[in-house]
Amino acid sequence: MSATESPHRALGLTDFEYDLIVEKLGRDPNGVELAIFSLMWSEHCGYKHSRKLLGQLPTEGPRVVMGPGENAGAVSVGDGSLACAFKVESHNHPSAVEPFQGAATGVGGILRDIFAIGARPIAVLDSLRFGELEHSARSRYLLEHAVAGIGHYGNSIGVPTVGGEIYFEAPYEQNCLINVLCVGLIEQDKLIRSAAAGVGNVVVLFGARTGRDGIGGASVLASAELGEGDESKRPTVQIGDPFEENKVMHCSLELLDKGLLVALQDLGAAGLTSSASEMASKGEVGLDIDVRRVPLREADMEPFEIMISESQERMLCVVEPQRLDEVLAVCERWEVHGTAIGEVTDTRTLRVFDAGELVGEMPVTALVDDCPVYDLEPAEPASQMYPASDPVIGAGLEQGATLLAMIGSGNLSSRRWVYEQYDQIVGSRTVRRPAQADAAVLLLEPDAKQSEGPRPALAISIDGNGRRVACDPYRGAVEAVLECSANLACVGAEPLGLTNCLNFGNPEKPHIAWQLSRAVAGLADVCRSLSVPVVGGNVSLYNEGGGGPIFPTPVVGMVGELPDARTAGRIGFRDEGEVVALVAAPSWKPSLAGSELAKLRGEAPAGALPTVDVGEIGALHTAVRQAVRTGSLSSAHDVADGGLAVALAECCLSSGLGARLELPTHEDPEALLFGESPGAFVVSGSSRAVRDLGEYAEILGEVGGPNLKLRGHGIDLTVRVDALELTHGEALPSLLQ
Amino acid sequence: MNFGVIRFPGSCDETDALLAARRVGDARLLWHTDRDLTGIDAIIIPGGFSYGDYLRVGAIARFSPVMAEVERFAGHGGLVLGICNGFQVLCEAGLLPGALLPNTSLRFTCRQVELEVTKSRSRWTSACEPSELLSIPAKHQAGRYWAPDPVLDEIEEGGQVALRYVPGNNFNGSSRDIAGVCNRAGNVMGLMPHPEHAVDELTGSADGLKLFESALAMALA
Amino acid sequence: MKVRVLIRPKAGILDAQGQTVERALPALGFDDVRNVHVGRLVELEVDNPARVAEMCERLLANPLIEDYEIVTAAADGART
Repeated sequence: MSATESPHRALGLTDFEYDLIVEKLGRDPNGVELAIFSLMWSEHCGYKHSRKLLGQLPTEGPRVVMGPGENAGAVSVGDGSLACAFKVESHNHPSAVEPFQGAATGVGGILRDIFAIGARPIAVLDSLRFGELEHSARSRYLLEHAVAGIGHYGNSIGVPTVGGEIYFEAPYEQNCLINVLCVGLIEQDKLIRSAAAGVGNVVVLFGARTGRDGIGGASVLASAELGEGDESKRPTVQIGDPFEENKVMHCSLELLDKGLLVALQDLGAAGLTSSASEMASKGEVGLDIDVRRVPLREADMEPFEIMISESQERMLCVVEPQRLDEVLAVCERWEVHGTAIGEVTDTRTLRVFDAGELVGEMPVTALVDDCPVYDLEPAEPASQMYPASDPVIGAGLEQGATLLAMIGSGNLSSRRWVYEQYDQIVGSRTVRRPAQADAAVLLLEPDAKQSEGPRPALAISIDGNGRRVACDPYRGAVEAVLECSANLACVGAEPLGLTNCLNFGNPEKPHIAWQLSRAVAGLADVCRSLSVPVVGGNVSLYNEGGGGPIFPTPVVGMVGELPDARTAGRIGFRDEGEVVALVAAPSWKPSLAGSELAKLRGEAPAGALPTVDVGEIGALHTAVRQAVRTGSLSSAHDVADGGLAVALAECCLSSGLGARLELPTHEDPEALLFGESPGAFVVSGSSRAVRDLGEYAEILGEVGGPNLKLRGHGIDLTVRVDALELTHGEALPSLLQ
Repeated sequence: MNFGVIRFPGSCDETDALLAARRVGDARLLWHTDRDLTGIDAIIIPGGFSYGDYLRVGAIARFSPVMAEVERFAGHGGLVLGICNGFQVLCEAGLLPGALLPNTSLRFTCRQVELEVTKSRSRWTSACEPSELLSIPAKHQAGRYWAPDPVLDEIEEGGQVALRYVPGNNFNGSSRDIAGVCNRAGNVMGLMPHPEHAVDELTGSADGLKLFESALAMALA
Repeated sequence: MKVRVLIRPKAGILDAQGQTVERALPALGFDDVRNVHVGRLVELEVDNPARVAEMCERLLANPLIEDYEIVTAAADGART
């Protein structure tokens, strides 16, 4: 802060916003109040640039049990007695500064969101974006440490990491993305909300002691572009302690199980400030908090520091006075410092005391509802916003060599190096581990004493190809949703609901505003067409490092349900001699625009993405899903990044089996092989099973031999499966060396 | 038969162990401060990160009240199985020889591994044929089994090596490919891979069930 | 009295952490580095430092795989 700058500007508030605060309070705010307002009115807490847009998203549906606005959304699953809670959240800026702790606390934060509504976390997936590994020691460092951090936290707390995706693209070089999705399960009648209620009830804080972690994190780190001098931001990064979180989680679930709580809320960005304000706002009450009662790591903390500290692994709950002793006893058993720090009042103000002395008093509505909401001023850019990447693959390369080069590239290489660092199986629910199927599959009930009958399961997928969104924000966002739906179809799951994390640049810039508004419009339209409600999500803006904005990256997480995990689909072929078919929508028209191959050839992310008929593709997904559910198909895999040839190679890689195939005639053989567009699958099985797919299916040939062999008009591609395995498997470890 | 599964603060796989044990018998959780093992026929010390594993893997858990009872129980010939972190705890407690060091890669690794059953004194593999192969997942960051050479010679000759990694599967760098060891009496066994995560073909393999069935056979004998 | 306990892997045991650091240093231009070992530091305050060795034997170190060294405040001051 420069000496002449006014405090509110240093805290990220505009003069207009400051004047508004003075108007709401009827006086100048003191230091404590200014710190609290600056956080509550930051983009991170106030959604001031995105709130209007988010209103377009469909949020209702017959299966929705809890929609946006709570800690996480939830949909009804199974026989209707259970709810599946899920949400994706970003931890981008902290991870760009300190990737291990940033990613670890990202996992910790989203886990708390899930158990804050009473659900037991059962799975984590993550969506990561880094710069190109070949050219960037920084990207290699970020990848290694972020993956280690995710593993450290998830593995230590006993929640499996069952899937995810990673892209390496130059625009993420300075601003990596770490998005984490958590899924939990709860009996519907035990869902708890975060609304504080009952005047005279006690506010109890439990979990880790409060220190100076992340002071100013929410407003300084999360709402300003990263630039030079990132090193100096290091002290504000939160440190995670998964052991503490393990205890806090078990304690929370036990408190809820015993029915001891009126409300529960986790402490995330902006710590006590945000949690207390949100709880009071939803309950339409006031809260008195005495910061001197908060257990501290450092005794000399100022009231404002205690209010905004982002120390991890803390929860806030509201308890009836006669139950306080019982609550504190459960906290004691789990060794999590349960402490009464305040009470619910009828004042509708948040009052902060320091050992009994009033040090801050703010109307709750001013903090939560009166944050100004800004209109975006979108303008379509006149020229290409992102530079072309360096060419890696020459245009003249023959088709087999092109395929090998593609599956050895960063984006298409094996993720084994990553997912092996994650516990994928704790909880005994994981039916499909990473790389076995297009979506993770988790049993609703791990206890299989009745192994004979159907085993209902959840399927989860996460996706968002920023390069495609950079080409066309509307269609790219539509594709992200269709990709998740296709992934679920491949395991036999029907979509129930969706969560998203909108990772974009600075929305105050017209071109970013255009990307954001077009992408949200695309999400809204495709979700309506597919009847998949959006039950929660997160927005991460100002993702711009020194090199310009990131690719616009809406990350979509989708949860679906399948009646019986025993028939869940797999990627890999199963047996020699089975039939392989292309299952495509009539309008499927793969093209190289915005494709992996175009990128690897050094083309800029531009050109028209194929138009899609969402209704037709939705019907195709239904047909594939039904075929998988019968159990008659051996494999099902959707044609996505890298196109048909890469999809076929992945079926070989997952099984170790080759295939001899004749591809249909196409005007552009290269587009048929490597072009991308939603609306196609590769399946294998008996010829009868494949024929049951009707008009969609076209038999290409059969599984067998040591090679993937493709023939057709203008197509002549033969690659040994063991060569594919070597190139695909070694690519990521060798890029990291 | 009744299994007792210990839950320390920081345990992760206790529910999995409970579910696996219930496939062959009854099972209940024991809290780390419990001192009453009445009615328990076999104890499982599960995987996870007891007490955060903050000082050294397994180091603090071994001094918990329940472990004093487990030591007494084992001394009387009671069946005790330590899985992953539980193996580390048993080594720290001196109930099993050796120690578990960080994997040579220094990375946490989760992978399905092939194990070969060794002819040994272990009662926990009594339902397996010698040389039988088991496919069981392993997942840990500190699973490199180590003991001084004379100790390794002694446990090999004394029939205390119960499981070995099949060549190509020893990702943690364990001495002599040792994946699981037992005490001299054979009632206490520890292993790094997770048999409780291999009890259902649907989730990958049912080979780990053999260890629980071994315990059942011993309890009934 | 303030006491520091330095714990390091026993000689002869593969110290994967130490080796990783030893391999990384030359890449940064530190060519003359040998015998890197990574251990732990435990700081504590005790009334009776005579019992710290027993603490090490029983909890702070695993004597099978680790060596330890007890440094009292006075000795520490003398060393630096």
